[in-house]
Amino acid sequence: MGLISKHALIERNATLLLAGSLLVVTIGGIVEIAPLFYLDNTIEKVDGMRPYSPLELVGRNIYVREGCYLCHSQMIRPFRDEVERYGHYSLAAESMYDHPFQWGSKRTGPDLARVGDRYSNEWHTQHLTNPRSVVPESIMPSYGFLKDTPLDVKDFSTHLVANADVGVPYTPDMIANANADLKAQADPAADTTDLEKRYPKAKVGDFDANPAEVTEMDALVAYLQMLGTLVDFKTYDDAAGYR
Amino acid sequence: MKFGTEIVALSLFAFAAVVAAGFGVDAPFRQHMWVLFFVLAGFTAILLRNIDLKPAAPIDPSAYMDGPIRYGTIATVFWGVVGMLVGVVIALQLAYPDLNIQPRFNFGRLRPLHTSAVVFAFGGNALLCTSLYVVQRTCRARLFGGNLAWFVFWGYQLFIVMAATGYLLGITESREYAEPEWYVDIWLTIVWVAYLILFLGTILKRKEPHIYVANWFYLSFIVTIAMLHVVNNLSMPASFLGSKSYSAFSGVQDALTQWWYGHNAVGFFLTAGFLGMMYYFVPKQANRPVYSYRLSIIHFWALIFLYIWAGPHHLHYTALPDWAQTLGMAFSIMLWMPSWGGMINGLMTLSGAWDKIRTDPIIRMMVAAIAFYGMSTFEGPMMSIKTVNSLSHYTDWTIGHVHSGALGWVGLISFGAIYYMVPKLWNRERLYSLRLVTWHFWLATLGIVVYAAAMWVSGIMQGMMWREYDEQGFLVYSFAESVAAMHPYYLMRAIGGAMYLSGALIMAWNITMTILGRQRKEQPLPGSVSAYQPARSQTWA
Repeated sequence: MGLISKHALIERNATLLLAGSLLVVTIGGIVEIAPLFYLDNTIEKVDGMRPYSPLELVGRNIYVREGCYLCHSQMIRPFRDEVERYGHYSLAAESMYDHPFQWGSKRTGPDLARVGDRYSNEWHTQHLTNPRSVVPESIMPSYGFLKDTPLDVKDFSTHLVANADVGVPYTPDMIANANADLKAQADPAADTTDLEKRYPKAKVGDFDANPAEVTEMDALVAYLQMLGTLVDFKTYDDAAGYR
Repeated sequence: MKFGTEIVALSLFAFAAVVAAGFGVDAPFRQHMWVLFFVLAGFTAILLRNIDLKPAAPIDPSAYMDGPIRYGTIATVFWGVVGMLVGVVIALQLAYPDLNIQPRFNFGRLRPLHTSAVVFAFGGNALLCTSLYVVQRTCRARLFGGNLAWFVFWGYQLFIVMAATGYLLGITESREYAEPEWYVDIWLTIVWVAYLILFLGTILKRKEPHIYVANWFYLSFIVTIAMLHVVNNLSMPASFLGSKSYSAFSGVQDALTQWWYGHNAVGFFLTAGFLGMMYYFVPKQANRPVYSYRLSIIHFWALIFLYIWAGPHHLHYTALPDWAQTLGMAFSIMLWMPSWGGMINGLMTLSGAWDKIRTDPIIRMMVAAIAFYGMSTFEGPMMSIKTVNSLSHYTDWTIGHVHSGALGWVGLISFGAIYYMVPKLWNRERLYSLRLVTWHFWLATLGIVVYAAAMWVSGIMQGMMWREYDEQGFLVYSFAESVAAMHPYYLMRAIGGAMYLSGALIMAWNITMTILGRQRKEQPLPGSVSAYQPARSQTWA
């Protein structure tokens, strides 16, 4: 074997071995990942996607912090049973502003990609506080402490700026109003006209039956209630989205 | 030793940690910086107490540097027990949810602690100490860079402590097996580059003309993990005094980057590195040469080339474009061949020494490891086929698959290497007890079988229940019913895990007693001592 005998060259030269290995392991990633950034059809054309409102983003950060993604997927596959159970299969466009993505890899609990609007705020608060009081079979941990934890955010605009830095289209207007919007969305007494213009379809009002303060429970429920509700499927063409 | 520079640097970093704890913009970050401060301050105090003003004994440059390896071995055993214990705890939490203690000890925070502790703390320390052991002996050279090896060892332990405490405080990027936040990632990058320099530098000063095959695997593991870690963790912090950062990529690109990383954490951290271990310790313990030199060349290059492509099989039927899914599936199936090439090369190294499986529990452990490697590298390509994956994805089958690889392959081959190294590292005649190794072997193997069987049944059952329709076209089961059906299997899994953990505890005892220089008075294992064989009778000829 001529080629095999030439291998001695690499075996005697550590630099060559290092360079060779590095070269070989970069190819797969370049071929598979790089095109996703420039192929136009990677992300479907949809109506309705917008960046998260500040309160929703805080809620999403709590979702990440508590490791919800370890038991709940947010990715409905295009199978009859999943579509009937959870709703329209998930589109790439629906997570285009997700830094990081939360598709998950395990369904110890059900998929949450379209959990928004399916239960009431009261149900979510009750379920998060004591899961087995509403779903006896549930093995979910309790998250009652969220109700007792007021939001601890000094200046949330920095989070919108960081998102804008990595490509989320937060406008200067959104960034300037980040802290006010954060409070207003969970305050039933607040004027939310501008907020709803900036973030169409945003759910407003008190989420955790405690209008006196904005808690982590407010934020998490606000996030759960908007999941999967943004895209307008009446104007979405399934056939055009295949790729 | 005077530790002058070390003490100054550590106190400066400890001071910086206090400042960060004071000015941090979010509570978890402030708490995390206090943790960092106490760790660094404690370490400084230990160094201060160990200052010795007498001139240090000159170092013999021709001798191997085994200090960090001894520490690494102890760290491997320690973190192994910790990681497996957390695994048993979270297994029990799934069977009995009342065991969750909110907020810090809920399943969602403990699960990354378990995966990181077993993969990076146990597996990482095993790789660190064996790679430094192997590279010196196969290159006949002392470790490169003086105290660099100590920096790598302690730097890596600091990474582990920061990652682990971060999860409990709720600091996570939510990228599976890459959860630590940006500042811990930066620290790991520094430590990892130092590790690369240490390892490559030692190879460069070797006295052997050829680089031994184990080192190819170790080297490719180190350099690939560096690449994966840096790319996958690119993110933008919301504040440089806060714990939260936002991933550089979003949605579909972020998902594939993560699983490109995630699958190759398996492929390079848990496979290539441990194949390096196999290529040194199996021939040594069996006292036989590696079966095929050609096979090792072919399977090395094929393995590292193909593994990188396999990531998309974690995203079958998701919003990832179909072309990427199919490409990932095709390469995952091809990956079966080099994987089994490695298995064959490992197993066939026992040619002419198969009897040792009966007489030597350490060889038995290594052979079982290779067998589990073969089994899980068959199961993996099978599960990457889209039709199979449509059933197995999101279920416990995946969890079972991971554990047959992690407990069977990674765990057993590491235990074998530790049992081989410890008497040599501490100059002991033999292990404290070979019978305890046999106990460990059987508890571990049976534990894996119980674990994997429970997860096969629960995983396939979940998948079937979710997609079952009645004759009128309605879904038969609610999701909650599928959760309730899992209870007995979750309990069985916890029992399997507890068996595996008890094996590891026996190892910890055995290793401790060996290090202390004890030898257990016990009957030799059957077959390990040659029986009296009468001289061949002339009349037979």
